[in-house]
Amino acid sequence: MKVFNSYIGRPMERVEDLRMVRGRGTYVADVNRPNQLYAVILRSSTAHGIIKSIDSSEALALAGVHHVLTAKDLGNEVPLIPLRLQPLPQLEPFHQPVLADKKVRYVGEPIAVVIAESAAIAEDALERIALEIDPLPAVATRAQAEAKRSVLFEGHGSNVAITWKAFRGDADEAFKTADYVRRETFRVQRHAAMFMEPRGFVAEWDEAAGKLTVWGAAKTAWYNRRTLAAQLGLELEAVDLIEVDVGGGFGSRGEFYPEDYLIPAAARIVGRPVKWTEDRREHIMSANHARDVECDVEFAATRDGRFIGLRGQIWSDIGAYIRTNGSVGPRNVAQYMSGPYCMEHIDLKSSMLTTNKTPCGTYRGPGRYETDFIRERMIDLAAQDLKIDRVELRRRNLVADAQMPYTLASITPYDSSTELDSGDYHAVFDRCLKEFGWEERSKLRGQSIDGYYHGLAIGSFIEGGAAGPKEEVRLVLETDGALSVYMGSSSVGQGLETIMAQIAADAMEIPYEKITILHGSTSYVKDGYGAYHSRSTVMGGSAILLGAEKLKELIQQTAAQRLGCKSEEVVIDGEQASFGGNHIAFAGLSETPLEVEAAFFNKKYTWAYGTQAAHVAVDPGTGHVKVIDVMSVEDVGRMINPLTLHGQAIGSIVQGLGGAFLEHLVYDDEGQLLTGSFADYLMPTASDFPSIRSVTLELKPCPNNPLGAKGAGEGGLIPIGGLMANAVADALSHLNVQPMELPLSPPRIWQLVEEAEAARARA
Amino acid sequence: MQIEFNLNGQAVSADVEPRTTLADCIRNDFGQTGTHLACEHGVCGACTVLVNGEAVRSCLLLAVQVQNDKVVTIEGLSGDELTPLQAAFRKHHALQCGFCTPGFITTAHALLSHEPDADEDRIRDVLSGNLCRCSGYVPIVEAVLEARSSYRDSGSK
Ligand code: FES
Ligand code: FES
Repeated sequence: MKVFNSYIGRPMERVEDLRMVRGRGTYVADVNRPNQLYAVILRSSTAHGIIKSIDSSEALALAGVHHVLTAKDLGNEVPLIPLRLQPLPQLEPFHQPVLADKKVRYVGEPIAVVIAESAAIAEDALERIALEIDPLPAVATRAQAEAKRSVLFEGHGSNVAITWKAFRGDADEAFKTADYVRRETFRVQRHAAMFMEPRGFVAEWDEAAGKLTVWGAAKTAWYNRRTLAAQLGLELEAVDLIEVDVGGGFGSRGEFYPEDYLIPAAARIVGRPVKWTEDRREHIMSANHARDVECDVEFAATRDGRFIGLRGQIWSDIGAYIRTNGSVGPRNVAQYMSGPYCMEHIDLKSSMLTTNKTPCGTYRGPGRYETDFIRERMIDLAAQDLKIDRVELRRRNLVADAQMPYTLASITPYDSSTELDSGDYHAVFDRCLKEFGWEERSKLRGQSIDGYYHGLAIGSFIEGGAAGPKEEVRLVLETDGALSVYMGSSSVGQGLETIMAQIAADAMEIPYEKITILHGSTSYVKDGYGAYHSRSTVMGGSAILLGAEKLKELIQQTAAQRLGCKSEEVVIDGEQASFGGNHIAFAGLSETPLEVEAAFFNKKYTWAYGTQAAHVAVDPGTGHVKVIDVMSVEDVGRMINPLTLHGQAIGSIVQGLGGAFLEHLVYDDEGQLLTGSFADYLMPTASDFPSIRSVTLELKPCPNNPLGAKGAGEGGLIPIGGLMANAVADALSHLNVQPMELPLSPPRIWQLVEEAEAARARA
Repeated sequence: MQIEFNLNGQAVSADVEPRTTLADCIRNDFGQTGTHLACEHGVCGACTVLVNGEAVRSCLLLAVQVQNDKVVTIEGLSGDELTPLQAAFRKHHALQCGFCTPGFITTAHALLSHEPDADEDRIRDVLSGNLCRCSGYVPIVEAVLEARSSYRDSGSK
């Protein structure tokens, strides 16, 4: 009997781990080139101001200093960083220059680059640069932005960059006749991906070959190569971006930042390899921030609890410039506010505000985390007002299987129509209630045990994945029978090598151990897209399936010549090609490697979906919240590796809890960042959230790709903010405490309790 | 300044500036890059190494402070075979990007060497000095719990 490979679906231990647990990984800080110099970057400590002068002469006088790069060195036009996503012309005025040009707009903006024999010398030299900046009033809040305390881009005349509009049905008409309308304001605080490995680059310019090589690429190497080559006036082929091990990304790492230009440019100027590694403080003020959103929204429903519509205004603080993917969050908050629920009438505006703060970009579940907080809070408030059980209210409004595909709101000015592709939302909802033990735990609701009040919450979510348009692979059957898979997908620490080897092993019927996955470097395939929007498994994996078909055909053709038969008569089985009792092993089949290229094209997003439930206990005296249990149930269509997927879910949930309770990038009114270290920017630790559970299902395979998989890995975090706020409100329902803002820090909850008690005393 | 110490079983010496941290010395002078730097201000634990068997943050220590000491980094814990602790990390998927991993493994190794019976609360408490952004900690704790038995069997290492 023929036994097929079945690596897909198995909890394979990861290939990557063998090097990483022994300290043998190679991260960019571990890359060194002979004769290299070191760069450090002078950053603005002024939030808003005019650069009067930069005098580097004393820095240059220091022994070991080779060069100080400023905007002046870059000719008449300082290169601007283009948008990778939603490249709208109306956003061009807000593109960031690679070095501050005449004006600084946030604390941390690069002003000059010092290149020296050692990082220590470069740091010493940095202090000798005489910099004169005339400060301007800073814009650090929405109120200041709207009042035009300053206008960041004078030519534009306003701090509103653009406004997105999500629409569906006729909201104004629907709100006129709705039985129930509630209007509220919500706020989600600025926080960030904060991956553990600091960013860095090593760049080397080979003058003789006219070739630039840059180590430290991540996420979108091919796109960044195009940008860098254009900025430096080089041919694409003259630039190679190399991906080494990457210490976490979560949307933020690997986008084109100023340093993506500065370090290669420096290497070209000094003619020696240049290495740069950021420190944590630098990271916190320069890598993308995220999630800084306020809104004023109305929610309408019928008396018997049918959702009707959403309407209102959202403000997304994008910081001082638009980053490569800076529209994604502001767009998603508006377009996906309806989530997994039927909502026929939508009219939501999302304005992008420029402020004197670090620019924002995507962070895992961009816009979705924020919008789910808003929506799920609204639903619980409506349940309370309408006196309908919140579990029942959600069940009544989840999109039903029979309604699929279900079209989400349209969006302008950059259209991205999408529809929920498939799913049994109700089945997952009920499964979550059961796994969580909702009924049993409900007895604890509102009870006080040892001074802590207990509360529960439930919420459903959708998770978009698999952004197109394509992904490329190159499959090579080596002469020894091993398979090399070169991919445009990239790894940011999620276990890509393992997952792709599982897919390739099944597709080619080759043992997993004989497969090597090579990814993320521009020399591997002609055009790659990379790792964002939970796309690698679906896009890269599907491309491998297509490549495997082609490679099998090539193997048949090659073997047919030696077997003396037609190609289609060759049977491929067990690492050999056979015809009429004769077999040729893959090893030795050909004297040269057999190579094919394939690309998978896809324009449709996949929509994984799920439900989460939580149990918390709140001490009203201190505002402290204990997270007693979180249960997440998600349907991903098809699981490649349950072990890594489970890990993604748990990790994502804990990140979400960080955003719900701890993480906050705080600025003062003058645009000074007050949380510039891990001592001030609090993240979850091992003792904070011990009980996190996740169940992954394969109920409804995705109809839009050959694997049937849906992009997953962001999901866990998406509903967490809303879930935690609802659970806290449930625990403190006797006081009618209603959190409308994250994070749910002890002082905030304590203050809400004080206010609620004062209100009760007055009543 | 000239310093001498034992690094992963080898006697080593280097000429370092007084301001050089132990982390930089290990990474730059001896090319042992398994010790990672994520904050350089003593909060994240990525740079944890063992000095005379104690877990210390090599970003906070100066190289000159380990004169004549015994320093073990992640590279020094195993040969080609994974240790039971490393294997447990792999089995439980206690790492994703792997950047924090050397710090967690050295920290857990020091803990279990002294307290092979540490319970879950104690393990969480000790590990709460290290940051991991990827895993959510649940699998790391599972891995350390599982590895306890190997420390009991072999006694304190
Ligand atoms: S790098 Fe040493 S504690 Fe963070
Ligand atoms: S595995 Fe990435 S930080 Fe821990």
